[in-house]
Amino acid sequence: MKNQNWNTQNLHNTRLLAIWTFAWVASMALATFGPTFIWQENMPLTLLAIAINAAFGVAMILANIRHIKGLDEMQRKIQLEAMGIALGVGVVGGLSYTLLDTTNVISGDAEISFLVILIGLTYLGATIIGQMRYR
Amino acid sequence: MKNRLKVLRAERDLTQADLADALAVSRQTINAIEKGKFDPSLPLAFKISRLFNLPIEAIFQDDDAV
Repeated sequence: MKNQNWNTQNLHNTRLLAIWTFAWVASMALATFGPTFIWQENMPLTLLAIAINAAFGVAMILANIRHIKGLDEMQRKIQLEAMGIALGVGVVGGLSYTLLDTTNVISGDAEISFLVILIGLTYLGATIIGQMRYR
Repeated sequence: MKNRLKVLRAERDLTQADLADALAVSRQTINAIEKGKFDPSLPLAFKISRLFNLPIEAIFQDDDAV
């Protein structure tokens, strides 16, 4: 019974995290493409879309905290290790990438989106490896 | 750290899921503890000890203990 509650709560926390993540991504797309394709550079609407995106981002962070707090100690350890690896790769990779830009080794500007993708993929990979390690 | 969790569980005819239920952790965590891949925290070890009505040292043994 105890664990049924624990499992149910865990599932609820995961669903909440998925919903807020989707809302954040969707609002990001709206704030990015809305000014050009929907409301023709209307500044108040653009500011509103950015504010909504930031608010959804905060809600996503809170949902993530809640999700992690609801995990058991081994799952939290896997998450902590994955986050540590993702942060390390993000800082080192991000700074190297910036150096490539500032020293003009790469032709274009360094884009933050590449860094986000790198951190995301590293976190995903590290979580999968962590799950396999404790299997 | 070695442990007798699997033996104690089998003696009481409990599945990993049953034990996970009683301890409010995932079945994967019970499996990892049994295989010695994950050492539980002191609060979880006490919980296990209370569940089996045994002292902690009767369940968990330090690898370095002489």
